[in-house]
Amino acid sequence: MSILTQKDFETVIGLEVHLQFSTRTKIFCGCENAFGKEPNTCVCPVCLGLPGTLPVLNKSALDSAIKTALALNCTVNSYIKFDRKNYYYPDLPKGYQISQFDFPIGHDGYLDILVNGNPKRIRIHRAHIEEDAGKLIHDNAEGCSLVDYNRTGTPLMEIVTEPDLRSPQEAYDYLTALKLALQYLDVSDCDMEKGSLRCDANISLRRAGETRLGTKTELKNMNSFKAVKAALEFEEMRQFRVLATGGTIVQETRLWNEDKQATFTMRTKEEAHDYRYFPEPDLVPFIVEDAEIERIRLTLPENPQAKCQRLQKDYGLSDYDATIIVQDRHLADFFEHCAKHSGKIKKIANWIIGPLLKELKDRRCSVKDLSLKPEQFVLLVEKVENGDLSNLAGKDILITLLEDGSKTVEDLIEKSGLSQVSDDALLESIADETLKEHADVVTQIKNGNHGAVGFLIGQAMKKSQGKGNPKKIKDIIQRRLFNA
Amino acid sequence: MNLNTCTAHELLDLLKQGKTSVGEIFSSLLTAIKTFDGTVNAYVRTARSTEAAPDAKVPIPVSIKDNINIEGWETTCSSKILKNYIAPYDATVIQKLRSAGIPILGHTNMDEFAFGSSTETSCYGPTRNPWDTSCVPGGSSGGSAAAVAAGEAIWALGSDTGGSIRQPAAFCGVVGLKPTYGRVSRYGLIAFASSLDQIGPLTKDVTDSALLMNIIAGHDTMDSTSAEVPVPDYTRALINDCKGLTIGIPKEYFIEGISTEVKEALEGAISVLKNKGARFIEVSLPHTEYAVSTYYIIAPAEASSNLARFDGVRFGLRVQPQKPRKSAIVDMYEETRDRGFGREAKRRVMLGTYVLSSGYYDAYYLRGQKVRTLIRRDFDTAFEHCDAILTPTTPTTAFKIGEKLNDPVSMYLSDIFTISANLSGIPAMSVPCGFSKSGLPIGFQICAKPFAEEMLFRIAYTYEQNTGWHKERPSLKAGGL
Repeated sequence: MSILTQKDFETVIGLEVHLQFSTRTKIFCGCENAFGKEPNTCVCPVCLGLPGTLPVLNKSALDSAIKTALALNCTVNSYIKFDRKNYYYPDLPKGYQISQFDFPIGHDGYLDILVNGNPKRIRIHRAHIEEDAGKLIHDNAEGCSLVDYNRTGTPLMEIVTEPDLRSPQEAYDYLTALKLALQYLDVSDCDMEKGSLRCDANISLRRAGETRLGTKTELKNMNSFKAVKAALEFEEMRQFRVLATGGTIVQETRLWNEDKQATFTMRTKEEAHDYRYFPEPDLVPFIVEDAEIERIRLTLPENPQAKCQRLQKDYGLSDYDATIIVQDRHLADFFEHCAKHSGKIKKIANWIIGPLLKELKDRRCSVKDLSLKPEQFVLLVEKVENGDLSNLAGKDILITLLEDGSKTVEDLIEKSGLSQVSDDALLESIADETLKEHADVVTQIKNGNHGAVGFLIGQAMKKSQGKGNPKKIKDIIQRRLFNA
Repeated sequence: MNLNTCTAHELLDLLKQGKTSVGEIFSSLLTAIKTFDGTVNAYVRTARSTEAAPDAKVPIPVSIKDNINIEGWETTCSSKILKNYIAPYDATVIQKLRSAGIPILGHTNMDEFAFGSSTETSCYGPTRNPWDTSCVPGGSSGGSAAAVAAGEAIWALGSDTGGSIRQPAAFCGVVGLKPTYGRVSRYGLIAFASSLDQIGPLTKDVTDSALLMNIIAGHDTMDSTSAEVPVPDYTRALINDCKGLTIGIPKEYFIEGISTEVKEALEGAISVLKNKGARFIEVSLPHTEYAVSTYYIIAPAEASSNLARFDGVRFGLRVQPQKPRKSAIVDMYEETRDRGFGREAKRRVMLGTYVLSSGYYDAYYLRGQKVRTLIRRDFDTAFEHCDAILTPTTPTTAFKIGEKLNDPVSMYLSDIFTISANLSGIPAMSVPCGFSKSGLPIGFQICAKPFAEEMLFRIAYTYEQNTGWHKERPSLKAGGL
C-alpha cells in the first residue's frame, strides 16, 4: 500500500456567516439595537419573551435582508414566512428562535472572488433572516453564569455557501470579499470583534477525483478570519491524518480553542438537536411586491469589484492603487470626489493611499467619520506638488484638516508659516551663511569630496527651519561651490 | 335589588338614573364573592382597590381570566410554574378596558394554561358549577363563566382555543362569544395555541356581549395576527328579527352521544328562530369528524413551543434538584418543569413535541394543517348557502367533577362542536337555550362567516328577546364546602 500524502485529498469547505444588521431597533420589538450598553438595559417584555408578548417584524430589517440577498445575487423569495426553531438555552428567552426554514429570503446566489488572482464564483446556497440570541457570561469567580439579553432580537442574516471552497486560504479570501461586499451595503458594521459578523465552517476531505462529499465536521467559535483559517488548517490536517491512516471521520461539531490553536469535540451527530421547526403562528406570512424588491435593488451600490475595474478605466489607476482604494467604499467615494476637482489624479491617489490611509488606520476610522473635505485635500496635494509646501508640512496640515473641518489649507499655511520659502535673496543669504560656517567642509568638497554637498544642503535647510525650498537651496549651493 | 346579578347594561341604566353607584355595585360583587366563592372557587385573586374613574364611560367592573396580563398583578394561568409572577405590562384588552373606564374586579380560575374543558386542572383547585356544585363549570374559562353565572361578576373575559369560552358558557347558562381570529388583540394573552387563541366576552346576555366587544375589538400594532378590519358598533346589530336569514344545520353534528335533552333544546331554539323569520336548511361540513384529532395535533404542537419559555431562567418557579443529574442547567430545567407543570400540561407538551419531531412532522403536523384547510373550506362552502350555522355547543350538559379527569379522550370530545370554529377562524357564540331535567343549563352555538359577528348578535338577540333562559339565575347556598 502506498503512503497517502495531502495531495491525494481534496479539501471541501462551506461557510455559514451570521451578519447582524445595524437597524435602529431590534427585529421584533422597539428596543434599541445597540452594542456595548449596560447589560439588560436594551430589553422589553417582547425581547425578554415574557408571557403573552408577540413579535412584530421590523420593516427596515426586512429591507436590509432583501438588499443583502440581492447584493449576493440571490433569487429573492417574495413570500415572507417565518418559522420557529425550538431549543433550550438560557440565552434564548422564548425557548425558540424565530428564523426561516423553508422560505429563506434569498437563495441560489453567488459571490465572485479572486483566488491567486483568478476569478472564482462561490455559490450562495441560501440567506435567511432570524433573531439573535442573548449572551452568556460565565462568572467563574462566582461559580455562576449571567445572561445579557441586550443582543436578543438583533436582526441577523445567515449566509450559507455551497461547499465550493477548496482550501482554508480560499475560505479566508471568500470571507474578506464577502465582508467588503457587505460593508458596501451599509447594513451592518461587519465587525467581528463586536460579533456583528460571525462565521462557522464546515469542512470535509475526499480523495482527489472523488465527486461525492466526505463526512464533514462543523467548526465553531472562531473570532476572526485568521482564526477561521487556522481552525480550517488544523481540521484539514486532523482529518487528513485520520483518513490517511485508514480511519473514518465522525460527523460532529467541534469548537476552536484559540489558546491551544486546536479544535475539540463539542457534540456528535447523535447529540444534535431536533429543532422541531414549524411555521411561526404569531407572524402571518405575506408577499413583498415585486415593485418593492425593485425599489430596494435600485439602492444597491456599485459592488467593490465593479468599482475597482471602473477606477482603473476612468482614472487610469493601477490595479494595485484601485484595489487599495476600494477596500473602503467611503474612501473610494472620497477619491472620486477629489479626482473630479484635480488633474493630478496619480498624486491624489498616492496621497490617499499614503498619508491619508495611514492617518485613518491610526485613528481606526473611515474617512466618512472625519470632516476632511475633498476640495481641501486636493488643494493640499497641489500645494505640495507645486513646491509651496514641503511634504512634511503637508502632512501636518492634513492632520489638522482631519481633526477640524472648519479649517482651510490657506488659513493653516498662513497661520503656521509653514509656507515654503522660495525667496531667492533670502535663500542665497542662508546658503552663504552656511558655507561660511562650514568652510572646512567647503575645502573638502573643493578637494574632490563631492559627497559632502548633501551635508551642506541639510545644514542650510535646518537654518531655514525646514521651510526652504530644497530644490532652490541645492541649486544655490551648487552654483556657489562649482561656480556653475 | 341584587346589583351583582344584574347585567352591565341594566347597571348602566341604573347609574344613569342615579339609582345606584359604582361603589354599591362593587360592594355587592365583593359580598357575593365573599358569600359564594368559598363554594364556587371562581376567583384566584381579586382587586384590592376598586375605585372607578368618576368620568368613566362604562364603569362596570369586569373579571379577567388568569391568562390575561394585568400590570402589577400576579398573572399565572392557574399554574404553579407562574406563581408569584407579577405581570410588568397590561394586555391590549386590559388597556382598552381601562381607557373605557372599566375597573378590573379580579382574575378568574381556569384550567392550567387553558388545557382542559372542566377547570379541574388549575393549581388553585377546581371551580364548581353554580347550578350544581358537584358538576364542573366547563373550561378552560370555567372561572369566568361560573363567576358571571353565580353573580360574582357582572361580565368577564375568557379565552377560547377550542371552545374554552363557549363550552363553559353553555355549562353555566351564560352567553359566550369567540370572536373571529384576529378580531381581538392577543397581545398580553399568555399563548396556548397561537393560531387558535382568541379573547372574548362571557356575559349574562347578548347585549352585554355586544357592549364588551365594542370595547375590546380592533386592530393592534402589537399583534401581527390582528386584522385591520373596521369595528362596527355591535349594539346596532341587536335586532329582534331574523327575516330573510338562512340558517344552516350541519348534518354531521347530530352524532351519537349527543344527549336527548340537548337535541330537544336545540329543536326548541330552531322553532323560536323560525317564528322570527329565519329559514333553516341542512348543510354539510364533511370533514367534521377529523376536527378533534386535527386540533389535538396543531394545538399541542404550538403549545409545546409556547410553553418552552417557562424554564425557570427569568421568571416564575425555579427548582434546582438536590442531587446533580446531568448539567446544572439541564437539571434546573427538568426539575422546574416537572414541579411546575401539572399532568395535562405535561401531556400536551409531550404530544406537541412528538408531532413536531423530525420524521413525524409530515405525518402529523403537516397533515393536520392540510385537514385544517379542508375544514375551513367546508365552512366557506356552507356559507355560500346560509348566513349562519346552528349547532349544539356541547353534546351533553355539565359533567361531574372528576368524571373525565382521568379519561383525556372523553374530555377532549366535550369540545367536539366548538373546535371547528377555532380551526377555521370563524366567530361563534354560545347562547343559553334551556335546562336539563336535573337543572343544568344547555346552550346552542351559532357560527358565522369571518368578521360577521353582527350576524351572531342579531340571531342570538332575536332568540333571547323571545325566550327567558338568560334571566334564570342559580340559587347558591352561602358558605364554603
